[in-house]
Amino acid sequence: MIRLEKVTKIYPGTNVPAVNDVDLEVQKGEICVLIGSSGCGKTTLMRMINRLIPITSGTIYIDDQNILDIDPIELRRHIGYAIQQIGLFPHMTVYDNIATVPRLLKWEKKRIDERVDELLNLVQLEPAQFRHRYPRELSGGQAQRIGVARAMATDPPVMLMDEPFGAIDPINREVLQDEFLKIQSQIKKTIVFITHDIHEAIKMGDRITLLDAGRLVQFGTPEELLTNPKNQFVKDFVGADRALKRLDLLKVRDAMLENPVHCHESDDVASVAQAMREKGLNFLLVNDPRDRLKGYVTLRDLYDQSGKVGDFTKPMTLTVRPEQNLKDALSKMLTFDIGIVVAVDNDGKLMGVLNTMTLAQVVGQTYDEHGGRWGKITAGGKIL
Amino acid sequence: MTTWQFFLDNWHHTLDLAGQHAWVVSMAVLIAIFTGVPIGIWITFNRKAAEMVLYIAGIIMTIPSIALFGIMIPLLSVFGYGIGTVPAIVALVLYSQLPIIRNTYAAIRNVDPNIIDAGVGMGMTRMQVLGRVQLPMALSVIFAGVRVAVVMSIGIGAIAAYIGAGGLGHFIFMGINQSYDAMINCGSIAVALMAVATDYVFGFIENRLVSKGLRS
Repeated sequence: MIRLEKVTKIYPGTNVPAVNDVDLEVQKGEICVLIGSSGCGKTTLMRMINRLIPITSGTIYIDDQNILDIDPIELRRHIGYAIQQIGLFPHMTVYDNIATVPRLLKWEKKRIDERVDELLNLVQLEPAQFRHRYPRELSGGQAQRIGVARAMATDPPVMLMDEPFGAIDPINREVLQDEFLKIQSQIKKTIVFITHDIHEAIKMGDRITLLDAGRLVQFGTPEELLTNPKNQFVKDFVGADRALKRLDLLKVRDAMLENPVHCHESDDVASVAQAMREKGLNFLLVNDPRDRLKGYVTLRDLYDQSGKVGDFTKPMTLTVRPEQNLKDALSKMLTFDIGIVVAVDNDGKLMGVLNTMTLAQVVGQTYDEHGGRWGKITAGGKIL
Repeated sequence: MTTWQFFLDNWHHTLDLAGQHAWVVSMAVLIAIFTGVPIGIWITFNRKAAEMVLYIAGIIMTIPSIALFGIMIPLLSVFGYGIGTVPAIVALVLYSQLPIIRNTYAAIRNVDPNIIDAGVGMGMTRMQVLGRVQLPMALSVIFAGVRVAVVMSIGIGAIAAYIGAGGLGHFIFMGINQSYDAMINCGSIAVALMAVATDYVFGFIENRLVSKGLRS
């Protein structure tokens, strides 16, 4: 979709290239994150794609068309462009801001009206309430949403986003990132996304391009960067807590034990209790007839009772979904001080269980500071 | 009370002079806006020109008004307009240039470069960025310059009576010659009222024209 071949930028009056011989290919429908410390050339690289900065040497293709063959004004009108919140026009209402490019392309009023409402709904701002507000009447998060909506106004296949969530506090940033990923999963744009925050890069990127002093240091999936950093620079950049960062990437699904042991609510108490004793379980999950999680029973509850298991089932206070990321799941487990959490899908169907042990294994499996497993560490104090 | 009596006896004449005054000033300011604003915009593209233009406009501003009117006489009499309203208008146009050019230039230069970048990045042409982003954002500061020019022109316009342009200055100068206090007062008060009222009207227009999004 976007292909860079030996792209170099030397600003006039300097002899050190700001971008040096970069080859890069961004696939259709994926988010390619450009990351690096400030001055690494990431913004220059991005601004060459919509010809805000002329290329010194090399070629950039969009859909196999050399961008130098396209009129720069036309090119930019067909590439979504979002920068930090500050880029909204303060003298225009939300409506006018979003309508900017549609108007440049001479859309009819009715079509613009519909599109603005559609976009406001997409970014979860009530059109009737926000259409006529001015940027100064918006919170940071709302302004940022409008910035993204404006970049998507004409449904461009390619979008360039320069730290679009940079000016937002960490909590709202997470929310916006999640929302944006959800939107992206529907619209599947080809996106070049700049950040200097490695967490954001890992979370947002299908691929990450790490730049240093104008050179491309490593290009790969977040997974590759974390598990297989090419050199010390990459290692330092992604940080020593790479193992923890992987939790952001992995889903509950990747770490949970599937098909956990369970019983049905209609099962007989005595035989379930017997089975639990045999297997050494003092805790058991209970499903309803349609295999949805009903809750759990403890062996003590069943002791000397009779009837159906369903009558003794307690509801589960905390569950996670398989598609949630592991970091969220782990933080819930730590918050509620529990060692085990059950994963259910949207219908409430029992999918698996997650415990701290399997979690540690999954994280440790693909990455270990010392190049091998540490093996099991048990409680019990002195070994001799 | 004699001033009031004078006004009652001569209200017709006063209004006449006020009309002349207003005509000279509004012609001058209109011409000044249609020259000053484009010049102010143009020099934002050219740093060298900006320095030159602001320097020259600054010098004109320092010439005492009575001297400028004096210079107008020999210069314009070449074209047969040595005295009367034409030299008065030309002088007021020259005076008005500095506040209008300077404010236009500064206002446009002060638009946040990130916002301009957003406009260019979305595919606006240079002219579209100017017309849709920079000018609307600069409007209130440009307006402030115009207001200064108008109020100043009304004041200086009183002196134009000396070169036969009429206006309320006529009362003031004639009053001084005749030691007629009521006449002096009537002329001065009328000029002052005109300045205050015009400033108010311009403030109102500014409020209507400048985007609500830019009010703090």
